[in-house]
Amino acid sequence: MSMRLKTGGRLVNRASQVEFNFNGKRLFGHEGDTLASALLANDQMLVGRSFKYHRPRGIVASGAEEPNALMNMGEGAKFEPNQRATTTELFDGLSVGSQNHWPSLEYDIGAVNGLFARFLSAGFYYKMFIHPRPFWKHIYEPFIRQSAGLGKAPTEKDADTYEHLYAFYDVVVIGGGIAGLQAGRTVAASGASVLVMEQTAHWGGRAVVDGGEIGGQSTEDFVNDSLEKLAAMDNVTLKTRMMGAGVYDHGYVLGYERVSDHAPKTTGPRHRLWRIRAGQIITATGAIERPLSFAGNDIPGVMLASAVRDYVVNWGVAVGDRTVVVTNNDDAYRTAIALKQAGLDVPVILDARANGAGSLGDTAREMGIRVENGKAIAKVKGGKRVTGVAICAQAGSGGVLEEIACDAVAMSGGWSPAVHLYSHCGGKLNWDDQAVMFRPDLNRRPTDQNGEGFVTPAGSANGELALSAVLADAIARAKEAVKALGHKAPSTRVPEASEKGENAVEPVWLMPQGAGDKLRMKTWLDFQNDVKVSDVQLAALEGYESVEHTKRYTTLGMATDQGKLSNINGLATLADALNTDIPNVGTTTFRPPYTPISMGAIAGAARDEVFQPLRQTPMQGWHDENGADYEPVGHWRRAYCYRRGSETRAQAVEREILQTRKSLGLLDASTLGKLVVKGPDTGKFLDMMYTNMMSNLAVGKCRYGLMCSENGFLIDDGVVARIDEDTWLCHTTTGGADRIHAHMEEWLQTEWWDWKVYVANMTEQFAQVAVVGPNARKVLEKLGGMDVSKDALKFMQWADGTLGGFKARVYRISFSGELSYEIAVPANEGRAFWDALLEAGAEFDVMPYGTEALHVMRAEKGFIMIGDETDGTVIPQDLNMQWAISKKKEDFLGKRAQQRSHMVSPDRWKLVGLETLDGSVLPDGSYAFAPGTNANGQRKTQGRVTSTYYSPTLGRGIAMGLVHHGPDRMGEVIEFNKVDGSLVKAKIVDQVFYDAEGAKQNV
Amino acid sequence: MMQKGLSKMSNIQTAMNGARATGYVDVSEAPVTGMITLRGDLADAGVQKAVKSVMGAGVPATLTVTDADAGQILWMSPDELMIVCAYDQADQMVSDLIAALGDTHSMVMNVSDARAVFDLNGSATSEIIAKLAPIDMKSMPAGTVRRTRFAQIPAAFWMTSNDSARIICFRSVGEYMFNQLRNSAQAGFEVGDW
Repeated sequence: MSMRLKTGGRLVNRASQVEFNFNGKRLFGHEGDTLASALLANDQMLVGRSFKYHRPRGIVASGAEEPNALMNMGEGAKFEPNQRATTTELFDGLSVGSQNHWPSLEYDIGAVNGLFARFLSAGFYYKMFIHPRPFWKHIYEPFIRQSAGLGKAPTEKDADTYEHLYAFYDVVVIGGGIAGLQAGRTVAASGASVLVMEQTAHWGGRAVVDGGEIGGQSTEDFVNDSLEKLAAMDNVTLKTRMMGAGVYDHGYVLGYERVSDHAPKTTGPRHRLWRIRAGQIITATGAIERPLSFAGNDIPGVMLASAVRDYVVNWGVAVGDRTVVVTNNDDAYRTAIALKQAGLDVPVILDARANGAGSLGDTAREMGIRVENGKAIAKVKGGKRVTGVAICAQAGSGGVLEEIACDAVAMSGGWSPAVHLYSHCGGKLNWDDQAVMFRPDLNRRPTDQNGEGFVTPAGSANGELALSAVLADAIARAKEAVKALGHKAPSTRVPEASEKGENAVEPVWLMPQGAGDKLRMKTWLDFQNDVKVSDVQLAALEGYESVEHTKRYTTLGMATDQGKLSNINGLATLADALNTDIPNVGTTTFRPPYTPISMGAIAGAARDEVFQPLRQTPMQGWHDENGADYEPVGHWRRAYCYRRGSETRAQAVEREILQTRKSLGLLDASTLGKLVVKGPDTGKFLDMMYTNMMSNLAVGKCRYGLMCSENGFLIDDGVVARIDEDTWLCHTTTGGADRIHAHMEEWLQTEWWDWKVYVANMTEQFAQVAVVGPNARKVLEKLGGMDVSKDALKFMQWADGTLGGFKARVYRISFSGELSYEIAVPANEGRAFWDALLEAGAEFDVMPYGTEALHVMRAEKGFIMIGDETDGTVIPQDLNMQWAISKKKEDFLGKRAQQRSHMVSPDRWKLVGLETLDGSVLPDGSYAFAPGTNANGQRKTQGRVTSTYYSPTLGRGIAMGLVHHGPDRMGEVIEFNKVDGSLVKAKIVDQVFYDAEGAKQNV
Repeated sequence: MMQKGLSKMSNIQTAMNGARATGYVDVSEAPVTGMITLRGDLADAGVQKAVKSVMGAGVPATLTVTDADAGQILWMSPDELMIVCAYDQADQMVSDLIAALGDTHSMVMNVSDARAVFDLNGSATSEIIAKLAPIDMKSMPAGTVRRTRFAQIPAAFWMTSNDSARIICFRSVGEYMFNQLRNSAQAGFEVGDW
């Protein structure tokens, strides 16, 4: 059984008591514990169930590579699944539940899957769920949904806060072990700015646990001494609890800082995502120990040798009383020695190598530990925890020589450099036969925008495992990085480090070497996704030769741990099955993030009121206070209508329209784009931008214009005013302001860079109000200050002046068909001006109206709307707007395109008005049916609705639409489909439904 | 372009009505501020002369701010300046600049109302900016200006001292800017050493 030892545990404060909860059980740990060490201290060996077979799973590792111990953590708004127990620091009140079990962790019905394991082999999903087809939707998918998924999805909005930080350093060192600290010291000595980040709460990495001496100091003293020196330097930033999540082009690094995961009650962000630009990146990310592949290697109690050692040294926790050590390298002997020193029993070290270990082997024997060379585990005995091992010769097929009772197994299959971050931007690896590992090729490092290497691995991450070699490599790599930045490399000397004479690791990819089918089906490669040696072999047999294909076919390495333990063993197994060398198989692609990061950290502060910028006009406060029912228009929120009392939207719209047509309405038109274009070549420029002529517009006058893309399609429209000899003001649609500004700049900057034209987006300088209705003039005259009479300010003219003391520019234009003025005042005075209009208009029962009333009134007048009558495929000719296309101009954007055969085809659908015979409102987007069906058996169509409304003015539905030969078919009745499947008859009519002669606006 | 003449101050309302927030850095909306956009080739002698004659200070070097008699001149691009001045002097200054520029191809616009202006005050001012803008705040020299983005919106800013900065964004997104700054500056959200 696992337990807390009486002594030991360099990271825990034994005087403290921390209460936590696992699957409803109250348990206790100490400050400094991880959730994993605390669970083990409470003899909680079983921590979850596997994904496919629901097999019992225990803790395997002590760090970020842990595949099994994933927890549903917290409750309600603090709930988060897939929290890794080994990287979760214990805090008071922590509450977790194990995942993927039903109905309970101890008695799981899904474990029955294991009995059918032979049917759930590699590619099972591909093979099984293809036939018969209807089964997928009704049987397979519901079943899989029920049984799949490791954690639960949160049901409440995240209560925590997150933020980003942009930081810049000459060098970023990822990893705070001795390699990272030594690299940091070397860089810092050159004067370059450096950030050293460590993903755990503690510096020093493995070296502190593994012991040894550096420059006459213990590794722990060396680490503390290094930290002290670094902390004293201005050009150094040290950060713990920050993981290098990803390395991207141009020296971009994501640092994932877990600010308060360990102390969730503190104020401040939970996570902070550092978005860092680095001149050079040093990945001192260490190495990850590989499991060994033997039958039963997934039974709780089988653990990485280094993890067993970590739990004893760091947290004073023994995984078992009797631990069998099995290895193919010398490092695992350190575990046996550490256990023995802690007073625990190590019945045997099984060393798969015929020649065994170097000096560490001698030490172990001197301590009285039995060491068996050339031996292996035939299988582990036990169910929910280890009860013993059967021993065999590594060279054989598994004939059991002896059984040994034990409650833990410490395994080591060698070490793989953690090359993930080095590889994110394309760093290449070589297979090292001697060291039995993929290690970085320094000649093929990731390259930056100048073709130079910008990511450098150092220490164990570069394949150096011995203490002295790690330090020497860290210094050499740091010097290279510093030089690459143009700094002078400091003359850092390599400190002397103690060495044990270690014998070489030997490749052991299957234990025993000749294990038969039965053993291989119980030999796990990927613990989280339940992929066994037999699955990879089957995939190879079925022709999956590429490692990327095998990965997807077997799901090897596709779980949330991304195969940190399983990848190398898996591809070695694949290489063996394909009878080829490991380098020929290669690795799968390493992609960010290194381990999963929170969604909150990615979103940062962007939530609630700052989820997205919402643009507000100067009058927004009034809208808010007066029942505005908003709709999004780009990033603006515009009032669709203003609801009074219990009014419905439709009732409010009707009231607003009738009152405007009868007396007086106001529209907040501030969102309309206002682009000022100035310079001697402006006339020429606008003649290119618009389909009609703008250069000959007289000063003081306005003209409606259309804008097309170079492909001939309508992109915007609006009224243009000539301000002075070389200045024009172009109104755009609300959504077009930024887009058309960019469009103009693009043409000016890329094509007509020598034309003397400047454009300024003045949209937000002005609050603009449309004063509309038969009493519009009266209310302006009441405000007073300028002559807005019929003769002084004619239709389609503008004038500057003052109105009620406000300096104003008044455009006499109309989008409603009524007498109408659009008045621009400085934005800061917009609200006061609006209030003044409301006050002056009170006697006319003035009513502000929203965008829907605007839309209906323009439709009653047959005016088009960009985005309704146009959809990116419509040209002005489709809308019968030939009158707005200049024939005099030599060129304009879209002219050539509009001459293409398809554009001049008489078969293009054209704009008409539509009137239902029964007076109903046509459904939006409805199609007009035509006789017959097309090649796909679909009903043929001959037109579609582009705008459709109930017209309060006319008391019935009105619509516009594009219809085949429409203008030639006036009076004809065609049928449109309705949502309920029935048809509605509509007559083709002129699109102007109201005041066709324009008498209303011309008063 | 607009008729000259002072507006009634009681009619004037800035984007955030002078909102303030206290955190580990103080955030406040600045009072109304005069802002003028000048477009023109900054390398052109005519433009340089006109700016000098009206402002009493020359065209600033790339990315810098120069103090002038009546305000500051901010470099915005090789063909754009922003002039910051008293709100009620902006119209007059626009007229003066237009007159001084004469036939030189240029554009001068009063954009005082098109922007919202915020001030940050406190020793960690640059840290707040670093949370929102992709700018190296550690090596941002005093007297320089940046056009950048703050979270999702475009903005410009400059350090008004070691412990204070002024930020300009579009008026319509003033509330978004204010909320972002306020949230970033909340007590307890300090980054610590970095």
